[in-house]
Amino acid sequence: MSKISIRNAVKKYGENTVIPQLNAEIKDGELFTLLGPSGCGKTTLLRMIAGFNSIEGGDILFNNTRINDMDPSKRNIGMVFQNYAIFPNLSVRDNVAFGLKNRKVGKEALKAETDKYLNLMQIMQYANRMPNQLSGGQQQRIALARALVIIPDVLLMDEPLSNLDAKLRLEMRSVIRHTQKDVGITTVYVTHDQEEAMAISDTIAVMKDGVIQHVGTPREIYQRPENVFVATFIGRTNIIEAKVEAGKIVFKDGYQVEVDALRNTEKQEVLCSIRPEEFVICKDSEAGIRGTVKEFTYLGLNTHYSIELEDGDNVEIVEESSIQEDLQPGQKVMLQVKKEKINVFNKQGDTNLVRSGLYEEQ
Amino acid sequence: MKNNNKFRLDVWGFITLAAIALYLLFLIYPMAYLMKQSVVDSETGAITMANFAKFLSKSYYFDTLFNSFKVSIAATLLSLAIGTPLAYLFSVFKIKGKSILNILIIVASMSAPFIGAYSWILLLGRSGVVTKILKNIGITIPPIYGFAGIVLVMTLQLFPLVFLYAKGALKNIDNSLIEASENLGCSGFRCFMRVVVPLIMPTLLAAGLLVFMRSFADFGTPMLIGEGYRTFPVVLYTEFINEVSGNDGFAAAIAVIAIAVTTVVFLAQKYVSNKKSFSLNALHPMEEKNPRKGISWIVHLFSYLIVGVAVIPQCYVIYTSFKKTEGKIFTSGYSLDSYITAFGKLGKSIQNTIIIPVLALIVIVILAVVIAYLVVRRRNALTNAVDILSMIPYIVPGTVLGIALLNGFNKKPLLISGTMLIMVIALIIRRLPYTIRSSVAILQQIPMSIEEAAISLGASKMKAFFRITVPMMSAGILAGAILSWVTMISELSTAIILYTGKTKTLTVAVYTEVVRGNYGTAAALSTILTFLTVVSLLVFNRFNKGKDLSL
Repeated sequence: MSKISIRNAVKKYGENTVIPQLNAEIKDGELFTLLGPSGCGKTTLLRMIAGFNSIEGGDILFNNTRINDMDPSKRNIGMVFQNYAIFPNLSVRDNVAFGLKNRKVGKEALKAETDKYLNLMQIMQYANRMPNQLSGGQQQRIALARALVIIPDVLLMDEPLSNLDAKLRLEMRSVIRHTQKDVGITTVYVTHDQEEAMAISDTIAVMKDGVIQHVGTPREIYQRPENVFVATFIGRTNIIEAKVEAGKIVFKDGYQVEVDALRNTEKQEVLCSIRPEEFVICKDSEAGIRGTVKEFTYLGLNTHYSIELEDGDNVEIVEESSIQEDLQPGQKVMLQVKKEKINVFNKQGDTNLVRSGLYEEQ
Repeated sequence: MKNNNKFRLDVWGFITLAAIALYLLFLIYPMAYLMKQSVVDSETGAITMANFAKFLSKSYYFDTLFNSFKVSIAATLLSLAIGTPLAYLFSVFKIKGKSILNILIIVASMSAPFIGAYSWILLLGRSGVVTKILKNIGITIPPIYGFAGIVLVMTLQLFPLVFLYAKGALKNIDNSLIEASENLGCSGFRCFMRVVVPLIMPTLLAAGLLVFMRSFADFGTPMLIGEGYRTFPVVLYTEFINEVSGNDGFAAAIAVIAIAVTTVVFLAQKYVSNKKSFSLNALHPMEEKNPRKGISWIVHLFSYLIVGVAVIPQCYVIYTSFKKTEGKIFTSGYSLDSYITAFGKLGKSIQNTIIIPVLALIVIVILAVVIAYLVVRRRNALTNAVDILSMIPYIVPGTVLGIALLNGFNKKPLLISGTMLIMVIALIIRRLPYTIRSSVAILQQIPMSIEEAAISLGASKMKAFFRITVPMMSAGILAGAILSWVTMISELSTAIILYTGKTKTLTVAVYTEVVRGNYGTAAALSTILTFLTVVSLLVFNRFNKGKDLSL
């Protein structure tokens, strides 16, 4: 087991810098997810940890051992590839045993260990089959067993679920999560699917353009995103321009909300991130942002509304469906916000004012 | 990890340098020597363009260039026109006896072309069997000699290449593309012309180039059936034979021109196909369906007719090999005399036909795997050089390579002409590009992540390559090796230059027997050759287990 420290890591392809100066600490035994849109450098970073990409600057340490120049075969890493990379010329058992054979494990221990992980991943009954006779989910299990059987210090997973269908993805998600917790192995997981990241991770690092935007628990990232990019990338949100004055958010049409965390914030223009469920639709209230219902979609549990504000912007709102059908297109409504939930960013969108305020109070 | 693509003097670096050294010695040196010969006057040592001037100014020589072009282009177009639809029919329809037809097509393509030529002479020549029968019922057919004959033989010999290439490419067309086109109202022949052919165009271009190169370089066919219609390789050969008796430099000049022409064609093809390249990957390949009642008989007739015509020469040769001969003339009745003569006089050549290609094959397979690895996994300037060097033989006609090797290695300290070694080297150089290409293609299909998985599980790079990658490649390599073997045993144009009494191969023996008019012995020998080919292909099929073959 190891913690992983990434210090000022740099990746360049020729003159093109893909990752400038990246820092991260991955705690022992946690499942750490690199999440970001495609091309953000998450797989590049993973492959730097694995040793398949060179490192142009900075250090990567497992515990306190620098591994920059260590051969990939010496790093004691378990890796699960996007396409599983199952050896098609070896049986399921031989695939799983491959790493142990390289470690010159004795015959009996080899069989015992291999059996243990074949059983753990519930693929014992396929042990003597060739991999091409197995389904994607089963191949994924082989890949996991093969990676875990060598008792690696670190487990790396590169979009392991992206080749599976939706149902299998959910199933394998929990298999991965449980196995990781049972074995207690430090895991770096790469995905572009935010729901998958939320469901599986202890810690998520949201990446964009080779830079980590926000590191935190799924809850922190959703509730208190560090910047507008993270707010919009994780979940859905409405970004509305407003002003902060004397601890209050003042919306364009005059609606004001007092927020404790903004008490000491200077007067400035801001961007409010208000998630669809952070609005409250009022029909009769005096206070609120004025809007008109444009359309609604009934989804059973919830109803989605699209509401046009006076300045022409559209906002999305989700409310629990009510028994009566009372909001119709064209109806005027007042929108209030759940002030303890919303986030306020500076004009540039790179600082969360609510978040920094909270920290000051603590 | 250190950068894989930077040159380092490790095992692979050493192999890279060794490969370059070998190519410099056995390919670049003889070719350079040939070029030097073409511009240096052997008596005065002065640089002269006289040889080129002689070729270009005399229409006797210069016209052969046009003749070759005409023949090659006609053969290429006809091969494409026959091979492509046939491959399509084989891919979309269930045809009775398809597996046998498949083997027959390959057998037809694998025989030495000049055997086809001489067999067609026996059938349709001046005193050919068919000609006589038709004459008796009052029909005169146009003469088989010259342009028409050469094109006929080459087309029948080479359309199978197009067929095999196209069939492979058709496997990669997803059925949904065809369904989409039908859904949009384009089906049947229109769908074939407007959807299928454009989709496999990159492959057709590659196949077309191969057919062009083969027909341009083919020496045996025009020599036998061309008569007055002289093509480039024929002039080259005859001038070279003259050159041995004292006339210098001119053959070398012709060889240089030949290379220049093939280079231009090669580059033109590359230019066009680069513009048209895209990749296909079928999740659901086209399924074979039963043809509709109305067109079923057309499909069958077309398939059987083409395959039938393609194998006629083989069959007729086999038939004549069992005929009784008196001296050089076939008489009525059957006997095994031809075989007895064949084994008695030329048993050695049968031995050579096994030994020389086997030696070459071992070297080819090893080199091809290693070079493919360098080219795919270790890209750098030097491995690029190996890649380019390995492709040169693709554009060098066999006769030219034969002459270059013979001239380059006929004096000390590089005296190997006349030995078996030079024959082996020639085969290696000629066949290596194909095996490298197919190995590269196989290796590119193996995702790097598989090797990375092995490495991350603690295997060294060498071990990952030999334990995982090579076994994964092995089926493809073996199949490629058997095909190489089949092409090597029927190789003529280099062997005809390099052979001596001791290193005569079957194809050379057949050729010399045909030239001497010993048709019986020639037929027996070529039957033995066909037999070897068929057995090899059956072995190939066992290893390849129904997969497609690529050349």
